[in-house]
Amino acid sequence: MPTPILEVNGLKKYFDVRGGVFGRKVGEVKAVDDVSFTVNEGEILGIVGESGCGKSTTGKSILRLIDPTDGEIKFEDQNIADLSAEEMRKLRKDMQIIFQDPYASLNPRHTVEKIISEPLLVHSELNHEERKERIKELLEVVGLRAEHASRYPHQFSGGQRQRIGIARALANNPKLIICDEPVSALDVSVQSQILNLMEKLRNDFNLTYIFIAHDLSVVKHISDRVGVMYLGGMVELTNKDELYDNPMHPYTQALLSAVPVADPDNRPDRVILEGDVPSPSSPPSGCPFHTRCPMAMDICKEIKPEFREVRDQHFVACHLYD
Amino acid sequence: MDEVVLELKDLHTHFFTDSGEIPAVDGVSLKLHKGEVVGIVGESGSGKSVTSLSIMHLIPKPPGKLVSGEILFKSEDISSASEKKMRKVRGNEIAMIFQEPMTSLDPLFTIGNQIIEGIRLHEKVSKKEAKARAIKMLELVGIPRADEVVDEFPHQLSGGMRQRVMIAMAMALNPEVLIADEPTTALDVTIQAQILDLMRSLNKEKETSILLITHDLGVVSEMCDRVVVMYSGQVVEEGTVREIIKDPQHPYTKGLIRSLPNLHKKEQSLYSIPGTVMRPKKDFVGCRFASRCEFAFDRCFQESPELYSLDNDRQSRCFLHDEGKGVEEFADTNIRS
Ligand SMILES: Nc1ncnc2c1ncn2[C@@H]1O[C@H](COP(=O)(O)OP(=O)(O)OP(=O)(O)O)[C@@H](O)[C@H]1O
Ligand SMILES: Nc1ncnc2c1ncn2[C@@H]1O[C@H](COP(=O)(O)OP(=O)(O)O)[C@@H](O)[C@H]1O
Ligand code: SF4
Ligand code: SF4
Ligand SMILES: [Mg+2]
Ligand SMILES: [Mg+2]
Repeated sequence: MPTPILEVNGLKKYFDVRGGVFGRKVGEVKAVDDVSFTVNEGEILGIVGESGCGKSTTGKSILRLIDPTDGEIKFEDQNIADLSAEEMRKLRKDMQIIFQDPYASLNPRHTVEKIISEPLLVHSELNHEERKERIKELLEVVGLRAEHASRYPHQFSGGQRQRIGIARALANNPKLIICDEPVSALDVSVQSQILNLMEKLRNDFNLTYIFIAHDLSVVKHISDRVGVMYLGGMVELTNKDELYDNPMHPYTQALLSAVPVADPDNRPDRVILEGDVPSPSSPPSGCPFHTRCPMAMDICKEIKPEFREVRDQHFVACHLYD
Repeated sequence: MDEVVLELKDLHTHFFTDSGEIPAVDGVSLKLHKGEVVGIVGESGSGKSVTSLSIMHLIPKPPGKLVSGEILFKSEDISSASEKKMRKVRGNEIAMIFQEPMTSLDPLFTIGNQIIEGIRLHEKVSKKEAKARAIKMLELVGIPRADEVVDEFPHQLSGGMRQRVMIAMAMALNPEVLIADEPTTALDVTIQAQILDLMRSLNKEKETSILLITHDLGVVSEMCDRVVVMYSGQVVEEGTVREIIKDPQHPYTKGLIRSLPNLHKKEQSLYSIPGTVMRPKKDFVGCRFASRCEFAFDRCFQESPELYSLDNDRQSRCFLHDEGKGVEEFADTNIRS
């Protein structure tokens, strides 16, 4: 039986929309609206979905980089929402994040050594010499060299910068790393280097990842289980082979069929969805997908389908399986 | 084969910067036939955008300059055409769409005004007629409420809608050639599928020739007839889409294809090419891929390989093709399965 390391229950994050001359609240963006899932120790949980569906907001809420509006987040049986600032600071040692744009997330005026030593200064008791040794070790672990420590971020390529970000995340031996589009900005040949590195690190250090991306092939490659989000909600979640071989939610089906395949002999028939994703500040009634769903029924406009286990370990939010 | 509508002959576009001369496009030749879709693939910085901007005379100069080479549009060399002539060519004969449509839509004018202006620049029609045509174009590219959107401003539209507006503008004048530089890179997959579908029907119904620039081999595979692979400012391989994807000849193309995670295959570990792309360098001697190439041998560091012509009009820039001997060695180490 897998042990959950993280449990998310009914997570909601609404952002206020302000307008007018007085900056009064004129509405809300329901960026994440009632999302629940668990992450097991040592697994890679992929989260996919289109731009603006709430992936990053989910990740940031888990780390409490932003404060959730509602819901419960349990990390190793501690409810994160109840923790004091000091307790949260301690917990941050165990939970790290890697961002999409390695350049924006590294201070351009700091050397690599300084960048990686920051988390060590906050969370570890290492002295100066030990820190230097640890930095050297971390650089080697991520495939850089010790002499890179004295250089600045702009002296590195995109892939190398992402390695620096990974080294920084690993500094204090975290248990869970939230990877928010870590390879989206990289070229294919460099992307595969970083994916391989991340898999190796997971195995070597028994890490758990939440791997956020919009590229379905990448997510399939690296994940054990995959969750699909649409307009602030989780619509399907199951193990990756089941999801890709037997997608049940109409949105997942459309998403998978939209991915161009690098095989000229296999140009699949497309389910081409019409229209755009609705705005999360005025989401449709009932099922959020009903405005684009090729299978929509009358009930879909009225009642929001529950996210529930339709088959063994296969969660879906759709009235087709009521 | 059909008529060649666009041909580049040994095109050189360089940037003259404080840190020296960068041969961003270093001797590129390619052909686009009528009704054909040709893909240009390559990693960032390989010279794809500079190639397409050179064709349109849109390279910022300084620092950029088309140093030498020919750009033949229907056999006429437009490489040193006047700006007046190019204004006629742009839009009317060769249209271009960009990755980020916001950069080419004017935020101060309504969608309708921008399409109408384009039409009236090239054709003598009344405003009213032009507007009716604009609405029709918007409907054709699948914009809902086209009669309202025509009076809206670019910022009121989503990314996918803006890209469709760009395509509508490009189509309005029925160009012979469409150059699309990463037209779907900034879009989500379901929206990308809509845009690709649209470009496909444009190609089929109007026989518009398309030069499609992308780094996504999936997009290439679905859209293109032929593919040109660029590396560090040069063409390193050329062939039909099937040849390039199923039977790549150049070590770089091989590596690139093996690096792709595949949605329909179960694989344990991904292949990866070590190192990163070399920035184009002036007077560089040797194969530009040598530092990353698993097949590199002495000669690769001492001489610069030319494009070798292989069977069926294929080309590949690699010494392994020399004397035929290398190609067999090559076949032995061919790891595709
Ligand atoms: N600080 C904020 N204030 C207001 N709205 C926000 C804020 N941050 C995010 N949003 C909105 O919340 C929604 C979800 O955003 P989020 O960044 O989580 O999306 P995402 O799934 O990560 O998208 P992407 O793939 O583009 O990164 C979007 O509609 C976004 O505009
Ligand atoms: N305005 C510019 N000034 C200097 N160098 C440039 C400029 N535009 C492009 N380059 C250089 O030209 C090369 C090719 O760029 P580009 O064609 O944009 O690549 P891509 O294949 O990603 O489209 C790169 O090395 C880039 O740095
Ligand atoms: S609930 Fe209805 S609208 Fe929503 S995905 Fe299922 S069938 Fe489609
Ligand atoms: S010429 Fe040499 S280095 Fe270049 S691709 Fe061929 S084998 Fe590799
Ligand atoms: Mg995000
Ligand atoms: Mg480009």
